[in-house]
Amino acid sequence: MNYARKVFAIVWKDIVAELRTKEMFSAMFVFAVLTVVIFNFAFDLRVSGERVRQVAPGALWVAFAFSGVLGLNRAFVLERDRGCLEGLLLAPVDHTAIYFGKMLSTLIFMLAVETFMLPVFTAFFGVSLFDGRLVLVALLGTLGFAGVGTVLSAMTAQTRAREVLLPILLLPVAAPVLIAAVKATAGILDGLPIDELRLWLTLLVGFDVLFPAVAFMTFDYVVKE
Amino acid sequence: MRQIDREHRTPRSSRDGDCAVGGVAPPAILVSKVTKAFGQQFALRGVDLAVAEGDFLALFGPNGAGKTTLMRIMSSLGRPTGGSVEILGEPLEKAATSLRRHIGLISHSPLLYGDLTPDENLRFFARMYDLPEPEVRIANLLDQVGLGGRRGDPVRTFSRGMIQRLAIARAILHDPAIMLLDEPYTGLDLQAAEMLCGYLRGLATSGRTVVLTTHNLEQGLEMCSRIAILERGRIAWQGRRAEVDLVSMRDIYREATSRPAANRDAGRGRGQRDAQISSS
Amino acid sequence: MKKNDCLPLLLTVSSSLLILLGLYLALAGAPDANLKSETGRLAQRIIYFHIATAWVGFLAFFVTFVAGAVYLRTQRRQWDIAALASAEIGTVFMLGVLVSGSIWARPAWGVWWVWDERLTISLVQFLIYVGYLMLRGSVEDPARRARFAAVYGVVAFVSVPVNFVAIRLWRTQHPLVFGVDGGGLSPNMMFAFFFCLIAFSLWYVTLMWHRIRLERLRDQVDELKLRLV
Repeated sequence: MNYARKVFAIVWKDIVAELRTKEMFSAMFVFAVLTVVIFNFAFDLRVSGERVRQVAPGALWVAFAFSGVLGLNRAFVLERDRGCLEGLLLAPVDHTAIYFGKMLSTLIFMLAVETFMLPVFTAFFGVSLFDGRLVLVALLGTLGFAGVGTVLSAMTAQTRAREVLLPILLLPVAAPVLIAAVKATAGILDGLPIDELRLWLTLLVGFDVLFPAVAFMTFDYVVKE
Repeated sequence: MRQIDREHRTPRSSRDGDCAVGGVAPPAILVSKVTKAFGQQFALRGVDLAVAEGDFLALFGPNGAGKTTLMRIMSSLGRPTGGSVEILGEPLEKAATSLRRHIGLISHSPLLYGDLTPDENLRFFARMYDLPEPEVRIANLLDQVGLGGRRGDPVRTFSRGMIQRLAIARAILHDPAIMLLDEPYTGLDLQAAEMLCGYLRGLATSGRTVVLTTHNLEQGLEMCSRIAILERGRIAWQGRRAEVDLVSMRDIYREATSRPAANRDAGRGRGQRDAQISSS
Repeated sequence: MKKNDCLPLLLTVSSSLLILLGLYLALAGAPDANLKSETGRLAQRIIYFHIATAWVGFLAFFVTFVAGAVYLRTQRRQWDIAALASAEIGTVFMLGVLVSGSIWARPAWGVWWVWDERLTISLVQFLIYVGYLMLRGSVEDPARRARFAAVYGVVAFVSVPVNFVAIRLWRTQHPLVFGVDGGGLSPNMMFAFFFCLIAFSLWYVTLMWHRIRLERLRDQVDELKLRLV
């Protein structure tokens, strides 16, 4: 299908451009590491041993969320700065293709950062994160975050306040993702059976379906003058 | 919307008697009563313009007249506040996605990705425009604009002139039937300007529809077949190239753009100023 | 002219009267709650205002959502004005919920804040309001401002029930020792409760009327300014 091919063309373009400079990936990765380091300082001063494991899921997802905001910002600010968004808008394809393309490329970048974060996190927090089910949670959570973040980023990139505004708009709206992801991650680390996590996973899946649908309906209003 | 109705009476249509020969085919571009407001300020105040297929329209006007706004609306980048646009007989509002295939725009931004090579840039756009077997065309185009030797370098290492040449290549990649050029000579170096000139000459004879906005009367007159002057959001004058020469054009332009607004409105009555067809 | 002035005057006067009446009912008219401490009983009286304010705070965002969605469809400024007015008023009411929640919690349980589900969702809604207003303040072109605000209104409104579900699930897993809950309300209390609900709703309508009128006047002034130039 033409539409899908063009979505992938956008994803491919973003990946190729990023591979060449690796700017965004390194910024996101370093920022995530720094967040974890700061958390370790913060908690280690008052919390130790077993209690550290309890705060680990929260710290992990805060790191993912903050570095994700970075990635989302760059997705559109770059296009805006060079006027490239208009090149995409002039193409004979529905503007929602831009949404899906940008969302997928941001998703891929975030997942890449999260993958590289696993060993770092394991080392710093002393918890083993190499669990298959965590991959599922990471995927669902990141998808939800990118799904709603892409449409908001497309807006904030065009405002006066730019990057600063995105986390303010995004975090309250994406709070369910964070809540569910942290609870699910904590459950997996605590060794709970998958049944008990069903609640949180359902919430994540619901979010992942609902918000791209909303974004799909509203994206055109964001990019069309 | 009510404010707009209060402000504008229906302007006289510009279509009558000025279409190209063979008036059965719909005009390539049909702009009807288009207004564009930014807040309370109107950039366009009721523009009526018909560009027949094969016409080369030179659109003159001072800064702030609304040329760029009009070009953006015609290319589907902007939405008019009032009025409508038809491209090749179909309403732009409804059929934009498919009509964009036939529209090319050269504007102030190069619309290129700095981290990609010219090859990758053009290949990306080729995919976005569904071009079959783009490799050959891309190679030819790059040679034509003199960038054949730098195919593998990222665009951000290019000089300004090279970027402009590549921007032209990008814009003509999909060989659109309608070419919109918004002050394309701005900031071009000599080599790029010559190239653009040659390309425009080719366009003029190829039967494509072209709209060119420029400050430079001489440049615009060189290749156009029709002329229009946009002033403060309205078409102040329209005519055929054959009817004027450079000298008379200068006079017409000066007259159309220098009269103070009060005189103009008083002398001609509001809403009737549009679409004056000059007769010799 | 005179007829036009009648309605708003009537609205303003009647809603003020109702609020004052509601105040009396809440502080004196309604019977005491069945609680042990004196301060607890006094603090509980805030429930009449607290819940009514919350009701308006959430209703206002629903109005912003609908007005924004209609604006996207019609591109008519009046809907954008309604969305803005409702958001501003809602922000203040939501702040009222947070403050009244604090005022209740402190004498009743000795803490300034509880992370119970209702207060938490109110906090989230308040943050969404703040984001909405900041977004509006950050866009210069009025048409774009209206569009962006409307899109955020839609996206954020959809997230509120999702947020509530998430927070509720979280809270049922870790229930609080005490809840910001009035417990059962006797019939007399119900009267005061519903009275305040209606009084606050009417007050919301009055504020909306005034705020919309103000924004329309502002538009007219801007237009006149441009004509003079």
